[in-house]
This record gives sequence, C-alpha cells and structure tokens, in this order.
Amino acid sequence: MAELTELTLKAALDGLAAKDFSAEELARAHLEAIEAANPQLNAFVLTTPEAALEGARRSDARRARGEAGPLEGAALGVKDLFATEGVRTTAASRILGDFKPPYESTVTANLWRDGAVMLGKLNLDEFAMGSSNETSAFGPVVNPWKGRGSNQALTPGGSSGGSAAAVAADLCLGATATDTGGSIRQPAAFTGTVGIKPTYGRCSRFGIVAFASSLDQAGPIAKTVEDAALLLRSMAGHDPKDSTSLPVETPDFAAAVQRSVKGLRIGVPEEYRLDGMAPEIAAMWDQGIAWLKDAGCEIRSVRLPHTRYALPAYYIVAPAEASSNLARYDGMRFGYRGEGRSLSEVYEATRGEGFGAEVKRRILIGAYVLSAGYYDAYYLKAQKVRRRIVQDFETAFQEVDALLTPTAPSAAFGLGERVADPIAMYLNDVFTVTTNLAGLPGLSLPAALDAQGLPLGLQVIGRALDEETVFAVAGALEKAAGFRAKPERWWA
Amino acid sequence: MSTTTAPAPYRIQGRTGEWEVVIGLEVHAQVASQAKLFSGASTAFGAGPNEHVSLVDAAFPGMLPVINRFCVEQAVRTGLGLRARINLKSRFDRKNYFYPDLPAGYQISQYKDPVVGEGELEVTRDDGSTFKVGIERLHLEQDAGKSLHDQDPNWTYVDLNRAGVALMEIVSRPDLRSPEEAAAYVKTLRQLVRYLGTCDGDMEKGNLRADVNVSVRKPGGPLGARCEIKNVNSMRFIQQAIAYEARRQVEILEDGGSIDQETRLYDPIRGETRSMRSKEEAHDYRYFPDPDLLPLELDPDWVRAIEATLPELPDAKRSRLMRQYGLSAYDATVLVSDPERAAFFETAAKGRDPKLVVNWVSNDLVGRLSGEGKDIADSPIPPEHIGELVQLIEEGVISSKIAKTVFDRMWAGEGAPRAIVDRHGLVQVTDTGLIEAAVERLIAAHPDKAEAVKAKPQAIGWFVGQVMKETGGKANPAAVNDILKAKLGV
Repeated sequence: MAELTELTLKAALDGLAAKDFSAEELARAHLEAIEAANPQLNAFVLTTPEAALEGARRSDARRARGEAGPLEGAALGVKDLFATEGVRTTAASRILGDFKPPYESTVTANLWRDGAVMLGKLNLDEFAMGSSNETSAFGPVVNPWKGRGSNQALTPGGSSGGSAAAVAADLCLGATATDTGGSIRQPAAFTGTVGIKPTYGRCSRFGIVAFASSLDQAGPIAKTVEDAALLLRSMAGHDPKDSTSLPVETPDFAAAVQRSVKGLRIGVPEEYRLDGMAPEIAAMWDQGIAWLKDAGCEIRSVRLPHTRYALPAYYIVAPAEASSNLARYDGMRFGYRGEGRSLSEVYEATRGEGFGAEVKRRILIGAYVLSAGYYDAYYLKAQKVRRRIVQDFETAFQEVDALLTPTAPSAAFGLGERVADPIAMYLNDVFTVTTNLAGLPGLSLPAALDAQGLPLGLQVIGRALDEETVFAVAGALEKAAGFRAKPERWWA
Repeated sequence: MSTTTAPAPYRIQGRTGEWEVVIGLEVHAQVASQAKLFSGASTAFGAGPNEHVSLVDAAFPGMLPVINRFCVEQAVRTGLGLRARINLKSRFDRKNYFYPDLPAGYQISQYKDPVVGEGELEVTRDDGSTFKVGIERLHLEQDAGKSLHDQDPNWTYVDLNRAGVALMEIVSRPDLRSPEEAAAYVKTLRQLVRYLGTCDGDMEKGNLRADVNVSVRKPGGPLGARCEIKNVNSMRFIQQAIAYEARRQVEILEDGGSIDQETRLYDPIRGETRSMRSKEEAHDYRYFPDPDLLPLELDPDWVRAIEATLPELPDAKRSRLMRQYGLSAYDATVLVSDPERAAFFETAAKGRDPKLVVNWVSNDLVGRLSGEGKDIADSPIPPEHIGELVQLIEEGVISSKIAKTVFDRMWAGEGAPRAIVDRHGLVQVTDTGLIEAAVERLIAAHPDKAEAVKAKPQAIGWFVGQVMKETGGKANPAAVNDILKAKLGV
C-alpha cells in the first residue's frame, strides 16, 4: 500500500476515478506514512486520523453516488495558519494555546467543497514569521532531504516548512500554505516541490491567521506543476468576507500547464544577479533560460531598478502590519493567558510568555516604524518604495510576458545555522519579497540538484491575475528539467 | 427673517480682568443602522451582555472587516445635511491601543482621509436667534465595547455589544464661545441628524455624546492651550463641564501657571473635571491605513441620489415657517425642534389662522403631552381636529374659553370638535336679545354695581363674569362687552 503515497495528486485522482483504490485506502496510506515519519520530520503538529478516515468514507460515498468533486478523495495537509472548524489551530504559537476555531477558513472550505480530505495540521514558523521553520513553538521541521553523505538535519525552509516537507516526504498529496515574503516558494525550492503564491486577492484571507494583511496570500505546495494548478483552482475564488479578495473568475489553471510557450517573451531581471551568487544557483538559472529558449521563448534582459530596496521595505511593511494584527492576542478572549495582578501584568505575562523571540522582534520593529516621529521615515518611505517596485514590474511586463529568477539564494541550510543572525535569515527572501510587495503571482519549481544533491528552485513571476502564463512557463520548465529526484527515506 | 442679535458675550471675571472661553466639540453620533460598521452583528439596544457580538467584533484570528454600505450612506447623508464636502475617496486607518474592550487592539477609524470634509451648521439658540459654526470633518469609526468595573470586587467584565457599532465623529471648529452656545450647537446638530434619520440622537443611551475641547484666552487674544473633556453625555453636563473647566483654567493662568494639554473626565456628581492622562502619558496610536480594507470610493451619482432624498432641513424649515405662516422666530424654532410637530402644525394650519394654531399645538397640546411624557406622535388628537377647533373659534361658534372645554373632551377621545360642540350644546350665544335680557336683569338687580362701573370702567368685568355665568359660558364675550357698555353708558 505504501506506493499510494508516491502518487501525484493527479495520478491519485485518476486512480480514484478508475476505482483502482478508495479514498479511504488513500487516506489510510497517508496516515500510516505520517505516523512513521512524523517523529523524525515533525511536519504535522496535529493529525486528525478519525476525521480523515470518516471524511474519506464520505468521499467514497459521494463518488459512488456520482457526485465526485474535482478533488474528490484527495488527502491533503493544512498549514496550521488556516482556521479549521473544531480542529485546533495554533499558528505554531503558544499564545493560541488549544484554540479551536468555531469557523473554517474560506480556502480550506473550498477544498472540502471540492471533495478533498484533511489529514491534519502542518507545522510552520510561529505566525508564519521565519524562513527556516525554526521559530515554531512545536520545534523545527526537518527537511526530508539531506546532503549527500551527510547526516546533518536541514531546514525545509519557512514559513510553510511543514507543508513543503510533508509533500516532499509523500505524507500528503498536496498541502495548503501561505506566502507573505516567500513562505510558499522558498520551502518549495528547499524540498524539491512546487509552490505558487497567486496574485494578491486570488485566494480569500478569511480564516487565515493574519501576519501582514497586505502581503499574505494562500497557495498550494504540490508535487508537480499540474498538481499545484489543480489545488489552486479549488482554493481560489472571490469571497465577499474578504474586502481585498478580487471579484474575478478562476481560470482552469491545469489546462494552462499544457499550453505552448512558443513565442512568449521571458524577462531575466539583471538586478537579481547578485554579487557573490552561488555558482550553482547561477548555473541553474542559466539552464532555465536555455530550456525556455529551446521551447521557443524569446529571452530578454529586463531592469527592475528598485529591487535592492525591496527587502528593507518588506521588513518595514510586514512587521508594521504584524504589530497591529497580533495585538488581538491579549489573553482576554481565547488562547493562552498569563497570570498577573493588574491588567498590564496580565498583558505582559500573556504576550511575554505566549510569543516567541522572532515574533516579539517583529512586533517591536513594527511598533517602532509606526510610532510618532518615525512613521514618515520608515513606514511611509517603505510604501513609496513599494509603489516603485510595482512600477518596475509594470514597466518590465510591457516588454515581457513572464520573468524567470532563482527562488532562493541558496539550497536548504542546516538547522540552527542562521538562528543567531536574523539578517542572514531575512536574506533568504531576497528573490521572493518583490512579488509580495507588488501582489504578483510567483511559482517555484525544482530545477536541479546542487553538488550536495539538494534541490534548487526556479521562480516564474507573472502579471497580476495571469497565473495561466506562469503555469504554462512552469509546465515547460518542468518538462525540460525532468526533475525526478526524491529524498532518500531515512525517516521510516 | 431670523434674528442674529447675539446675546452679551460670555465672559469669565478673573482677578486680572475678563476671559473668553473657546470651545470646539467632537460629537460621536451612533449611526442609526441595524448592523455594525464592519460585521453583520446587530446593534439593538438593551440585549444581554455579549449577545450581539460576531467573531469579527471579538477579533477572532483570521476574521476580516467588510464595510457596511448603509453606514457609509448615513455618513454621506449627514455630510450633505451639514452642507459639507463629500470626499469621493476616503480611507480607513487603524488606531492602535490595548484595552480589553477593544478586542482587535485597534479601532478602525478615518484618521487622515475622512469621508466628509468641511461644512457648516447654522445653530439656533432657544430664543430663535442663530449663529454659524464651522464643521471641520465627519468621519466613520467603530465604537469600543464596555468595561464593567462595578460587577465584582476583583474582576472587570467586558460587554462587546457596542464593539464595532458605527459612529460618526463630527468635529467642529473652535467657534463656540460659551457653555450655552456649546449646548445649542449639540442641540442643533442632534436635531439635524434626527431630521436626516442618520442617528436617533438619544443621549441617555449614549447614542450621541461629545468630547469637549476647552481653552481660555483674553478676549480676542491668541488661542490658549486646550484640554479635552472626554465622553460627556448630556446637554447639562456639557455646560457644567465647560463652565468648571474654563474657571479652572483661568485660576491656573491667573496664579501664573500654564495649562497642560491633557485629556480630562467630567464627574457629574462632584461637578468637576479630573485629569485622565497628560500629554506625556498620551497614547502613541501608531495610525496606519488598515490593510484589510480597500480605500472607500464613492460614485458621484450615488452621492447625488442620496442628496435627492434629503428632507427639508431644520434651518430651511424654520425660515419657511416664518415666511409662509408669519410665525415668530421663537414659535418657528419650537415647532422645528421636532419634525413631527412641525408637520402636525402644517396639517392643522391648512386654511386657518397660523398663530392661533401654533398656540394650540405648542402650548395646549404639546404642553399636555409632555406632562404625560409623550411626543406629538402619541397625540390622541389628530391635526385635522385642531384645525377644526381653530375654525370654530374663527367662525365665532365657540369662544376661546369654550374651546378649552372642547379640547379637554377631544383629549378624552370624544372625537371631532364640531360634533362635541353640537352634542354638548356648547355653541356660543350670539343672540343679542338673549344677552340684552340678561344684562338688563343684572343692572336692575345690582344698581350699586352699575353705578360703580360708571366711576371705574374696569369694574365692568364683574358684569361680564355674571353674564357668562348665566349663559353657561356660551355668550360671545365681544357681544357681551358691547351690550354692557351700551347699557351702562361707559
């Protein structure tokens, strides 16, 4: 039965449709895989086996009645940032305690509407703040990949480290994730999986624990480009409960994966060619360019002159919004409450004990950049930078149809290696934050292995609401790359 | 037209001379809406604690605000009523501070770009005179919940029913110069929002309350430092708070001190203001645009459509009543104070003497109604019947005195006045023969009194009274007078 977990989502859906196996068998296979792997990987913070099997049986019944949805029976993991009704939702923070929301996020509700089955909740950086999954109150996720001949535990990236690791280790067919500055794409790159952050507003933020509202966007992590397209199709859609959700139809992304890319103009932003870029990253990027050229694309060099200001601007805007978004965790209505003899003491104890160090750091930064006398110099200036970055992309997209860049400046690094240096950690987001600031879709797919045998990711960036072109380019790259590598199963 | 003769300026007598008080008001008016500003939760008053709280109001993780279009419409309507600029593009900001009755840790408000810009309000004093007050802005914001400190010796309870309710904050320019002017401003503003239907103006329920900014200066001098008195919820308290605060500031200044800009509270029991927090303790609210909400963009056609549905506003109605019916400023002001009263008057006054009608409406009817704690809407007498009553007086069918009796019977539910007059035989006696006979009888019976009248004509009143008595009050007083004068030779 173990081989069921090795299927792609698409293959599993086909198998279910052909009655080769049942949703219950599929769910059970994944639950067993989780049970075996999770003590080592720590990808899931909660499994819901009974609900999963019950849900799978109902799915089988629906299929028997001829009422199968587009994701009928798909066994998925859910990042523990999505509120799941009656199921503990923690954002990997102590401060939420055993919070069980009496509501379901729109994105997960859409998945269940289409027949998917939840296996459990996936680990992440606390409140999605981190690039290595090491800020989680549940401890870090361990990357299924290891360097060749090395036993060092590596990070799966973050913040969606649990989602990426679970997909890479075949613990689920796909997973929900969120991306505020690269939290889908960087973990996807670190684990040899595919992840897409769609256009801001494509997926509803309703029921997703907020980190930075103007940047947060949900998306899937999957085994293939097509799987990501199938998942995103179900997750997306206008939601009147989110004012920033876009009132647009959701296209058939999977169809777009098959589209020809012949004649597409692909931009290569010069500013992303950083000084001292790892040669293997540069080589992979060049290889990607060559593949697209072979597929009939026209390659153009483009300028995104404000790129170097993106990371600093991001690390002002995101903490500013976070400092306000996280004010609601005060111990009064839900979650953890510290002890104290006065209101101030209760606040201090609750937030002092409930939040981890990185979250506190960002709250402090955020409160600082919004405070009287500093607002103009930091927050307002960062917003101006943000508008410049938007303009940079608009100018570039007058000449090209999509951009190709590396996803991250390095492959997965060792757990603990960068914990002491927040700046080094923040630099992980250098290629990804720009699309969050501009609200554009960005997809990461595995393109190569480095000398250590670790996966490297390419990023495709598209115009706002043009995920279809992104999927088409990613499909062409996936075909050309022929990336088949899988991590060795050292964990089970 | 309206009188604009201002009363003598309000001055505080200090040791060093006279002081002038400068007042600006921030009025918080709860939008008359069934649902809150950003959640679908109900706004009904009087529910049990925390019965009207949605997950958005309680700021559960992942909950998002969605603007209530109806509330925006009420803000625009009020702005139009204030003849203010409507900003087609405005925006919501977050005002960040921690308190248990503020679940999200921030209040959504319009800090930088309010939905309504500058306007003006013509304020009417009780005597009918008027003055103008500049409006700086009107913006929408959420109310906070309520902390209950008096339910338990050790615990504070929080009721979130109010949390998220839509408020319009209406900010005046510092154009007010006395406690009375401040009260008149609030009264006029309250009247306006009631006319517009955008706020019920109920101060007892806290649906309309004011933050009062007070400073003092030598008359005509530069503006002094101000103190803000938070959340004053009655006209009386507004006046008391200003009078106390101005006096306090004068005393400090005359003692050589200076006024610290600070936030104060008015304690109505002690009749004094107390410091709540100083400028140094002032919160840094870390305002920034709420990223959960898009900028609020209004369609000019929509604004025009709202404008087209505005009712006649109080100042316009007041001018018209004076012009159309020849009413005094005072009478018109009293009528306009309640749109239903004005409407009642206009119905009753159709084809009648408006001055007679206004007396019956404003004195007799409203007097009796307010004696029972009722409004004109509760009147047992329809306006048409007041009109008919006045018509009977005009036609000489009944005297004003009889009319009071008829009115009592109308009040008691006996129906239309003409029918009451017929049923009870209250028709005024204008038969001069009958009156003459009575007069002659009286003169013959009281020759001494007749003589007295010749010496002192005012004494005729005794005869008038007797004639009325004999005729059961139905004799036409004018006819009685004429006949008496003729017979007594005065």
